[in-house]
Amino acid sequence: MKNYLRTLFIVSLIFPAACSHKPGATSAVKPTGFGAALVESSGGKQIGATGMVLAQPLVVQVNDEQGTAVPGALVEFSGPEGVTFDPASALADSSGQVTANVALGGMAGRYQLAAHTFTKAQKSVDIKIEEIALGYQEQVGSRLDDKYCSRCHNPESTAERVSNFDNLEVKPHPFTEGDTLNKISDADLTAIISHGGPALNKSPLMPPYGYTLSKTEIEALIAYIRLISDPPYHAAGMVYAQK
Amino acid sequence: MQSSSKNPTSLWQTLFGHPVRAFGTVSLLLLVSLAIAPAKNYFSEWRHFQNQYLALVRTRGDAVTLQRHFHSGIQQIWLPQLGVVDRCTTCHVGLKEASLADVSTQPFRTHPVIPHTSDQFGCAMCHRGQGAATTVEEAHSSTLAWEQPILPARYVQSSCGQCHRAALIGTPQLDSGRNLLSRYGCVHCHTIKLADGSAIKPTDDPPSLEHIADKTTREWIYAWLKDPQAYAVTATMPNFKLNDADARDISAFLIANSTPIAGDNASISKDQKPPAPTAGASLYGESFCASCHAVQNAAGNVVGGDVGPELTRIGTKAKPEWLQAWLRNPRVYDPGTAMPHYRFTDQQVSLLVGFLGNKTDSDLLANVHLDAATPEQIAHGKVLATEYGCASCHEISGIKKPDNFAPELTRIGSKPLTQIIFLPGMQHTLPDYISAKIRQPRSFGAALKMPQYTFAPAQIDALTTALLAFTDRAHDLPLALTVPGEPPSNYQPAGKAGQLMSDLACFSCHAINGRGGDMAPDLTWEGSSVQRPWLQAFLKNPGTLRPALIRRMPRFNLSDSDITELTGYIMTVYQTPAFDRDSMPSSGYPPAQVEQGRQLFYSKYGCQSCHIVDTKVDKGYIGPTLAQVGSRLNAAWIYHWLKDPQTLRPGTIEPNRNMNDEDAHALTAFLTTLKGSTRQEAKK
Repeated sequence: MKNYLRTLFIVSLIFPAACSHKPGATSAVKPTGFGAALVESSGGKQIGATGMVLAQPLVVQVNDEQGTAVPGALVEFSGPEGVTFDPASALADSSGQVTANVALGGMAGRYQLAAHTFTKAQKSVDIKIEEIALGYQEQVGSRLDDKYCSRCHNPESTAERVSNFDNLEVKPHPFTEGDTLNKISDADLTAIISHGGPALNKSPLMPPYGYTLSKTEIEALIAYIRLISDPPYHAAGMVYAQK
Repeated sequence: MQSSSKNPTSLWQTLFGHPVRAFGTVSLLLLVSLAIAPAKNYFSEWRHFQNQYLALVRTRGDAVTLQRHFHSGIQQIWLPQLGVVDRCTTCHVGLKEASLADVSTQPFRTHPVIPHTSDQFGCAMCHRGQGAATTVEEAHSSTLAWEQPILPARYVQSSCGQCHRAALIGTPQLDSGRNLLSRYGCVHCHTIKLADGSAIKPTDDPPSLEHIADKTTREWIYAWLKDPQAYAVTATMPNFKLNDADARDISAFLIANSTPIAGDNASISKDQKPPAPTAGASLYGESFCASCHAVQNAAGNVVGGDVGPELTRIGTKAKPEWLQAWLRNPRVYDPGTAMPHYRFTDQQVSLLVGFLGNKTDSDLLANVHLDAATPEQIAHGKVLATEYGCASCHEISGIKKPDNFAPELTRIGSKPLTQIIFLPGMQHTLPDYISAKIRQPRSFGAALKMPQYTFAPAQIDALTTALLAFTDRAHDLPLALTVPGEPPSNYQPAGKAGQLMSDLACFSCHAINGRGGDMAPDLTWEGSSVQRPWLQAFLKNPGTLRPALIRRMPRFNLSDSDITELTGYIMTVYQTPAFDRDSMPSSGYPPAQVEQGRQLFYSKYGCQSCHIVDTKVDKGYIGPTLAQVGSRLNAAWIYHWLKDPQTLRPGTIEPNRNMNDEDAHALTAFLTTLKGSTRQEAKK
């Protein structure tokens, strides 16, 4: 008894009550429906900026085996570190859809997001959605592309900007054309941008920009091209001594 | 049993036992307490991260290099002149290691490429947080001792705005936020002063309400006050959430307070034959009204420019008599309007009045029934208009523009959190507070006067970013470190031409000497660029140089004497000092040189990718068509443009080709032969 009291007192001296109590997480909402498949309605394959909310919200739809929309199914979103969803999970609305605003993480690159739902048998159903976040350098590249390049290199026309792509005898490569552009090294891309098409025995319709754009601007443009290419570009990296 | 009965256990003994044992215990305790400090140091978070980093680096190909760059212990960036003491690099060890680009775990990521290095400015200047702290919690979050948390990545552009006052290519969000502050008139009520003492100026130009009764009805004012966006989705006027009685009284006051302008109520002439219904629409199109005014189409998309107000329901708002007077000469009603004084004929005016008058929405005023205003209502309306600060934005006769109607936001980016009352459930950070205030101002109290704006989430983020840039540091930074913006220009051309240019509102679209819009080309050196006869013909009937553009120069029906006046002024005054306009002949180049120029145009320089010379063959239409460039531009301008386009027009997308003199001469010779007759080209 004596020893017990003593120990208790000393222990209470050494460890003052420092445990803080954290409020428990709120319990998840109960689903009222169960689907068999998830479909991406819109909001995938967007190009946003690091840390910022994507321009379009992500919309996914829950369907049953027949492909009809299921309202009330619980959909949860997940993504790599830094990605936030608003809301992170929600029940499908009356048309079976769940809409979430997505803010990408702080690092430039491709973000593989996922949406999950459960079947009646508690089997997990996922779909993957890819978004691209431009970092500072890539955003600069994107704006340069908008100003100098995309009128010829982007075959799509907008109301504000009619594409010149169809008017050119030799068709330029769209910047998303990874099959071609990924094979061209950074040094060669720099040469084409700086000295024009003829630098690599290509068409003179591509003018030189080496006297218009600075070295940093050309680097930014290449960083942007590399990030948006499809299939993705993988730099010839260092060979690691794996243990 | 015996001893215990003789010496009853004292409290001391109960707690600490035998004195010798107690001494031992206390010594042990002392020893342990002395070990706390070294142990804390040994088990510190940063040491743990540094060990983790070394383990990570060991497996990599360039391990030796990375290990050589690594320094153990607390690292510090100390920049006394900036007040920077940042120890972030203690844990963020690999910030400068480009070869770690594939590492995605914090704190070992490489810093993305930006124009500055951490050695120049440290870390906390851009990212906020506590630079001097050495634990994760204290460096990143707000704790009892520190209140500055890390700035979320979505607002990080605000940090650029502390030093950079001008728009930057890498900070679209910050620039958009700054534009919104002016465009939505935030700075009418909230003063925001910059470090140089100047205040941010609004660009929204809210209309004067002194003659409002000429323009519209009390019913429309009532509906507009209740919900401006119901009339025009693009309206920048916010919603003051007025109740029916208050909207009734303010509309009564504004109508009663209005004074008429002669001519605004002139009856509409009905002597003309009823015009074809499509005639008004085509005149609207020919006059390029859509360059400035938007209209919502059937699909709900707003199509058109945003210089002037949206016209989707203009017929429900504007009285036809006022519209007629406005179209005849808008400067009578509003001398400072951005709308040009088109010299429309009476018939054209009535066509447009008819066309615009049909743009109505019967739903808008369907439920508005107002009885005649009583003097009490009018007086109450004046009190309300004063209380809500209507005169901060609009001119209202009888109410003075209030000074500092709303809190000044000059240093809002450094507002101490202790001075902020947060809403329950809200994160206690400055960005969260600012964005919540913009999103729903009245959620902080129903009695607050700040109205409700209709901003998209991205616009709220942009505004928050712009506001967060107004920090103490932005004001106290050494002047040498700031990058000033473009100095504001209030250039005004002189004389009769100057009056004409104001009347035609040239500056709404064109910039000259730093003042004006960016919809149309900069005219600062127009006199060196074009030939006089071409300019005269262009002002008389502006043809298009860029067929792909939807916004074009309208025809103003100028008189010959006005055209002579304007041409003379432009040709004389707007000349570049870079070269003499008449230094090169406009024709008479040897045919061999002309032919050489043609070959250079099509082969070496591939100009046809963007420019059209022969309308039958060439298709490029990024640049202006050059089929008649020989009668439009001066030879000397062509030559110097080819040599270095960016000096003549900064920011032009024509690339600088670093062209040698011979090629530039030959191309000039070729281009001057293009006088506009395609027949001559065909012969060759």
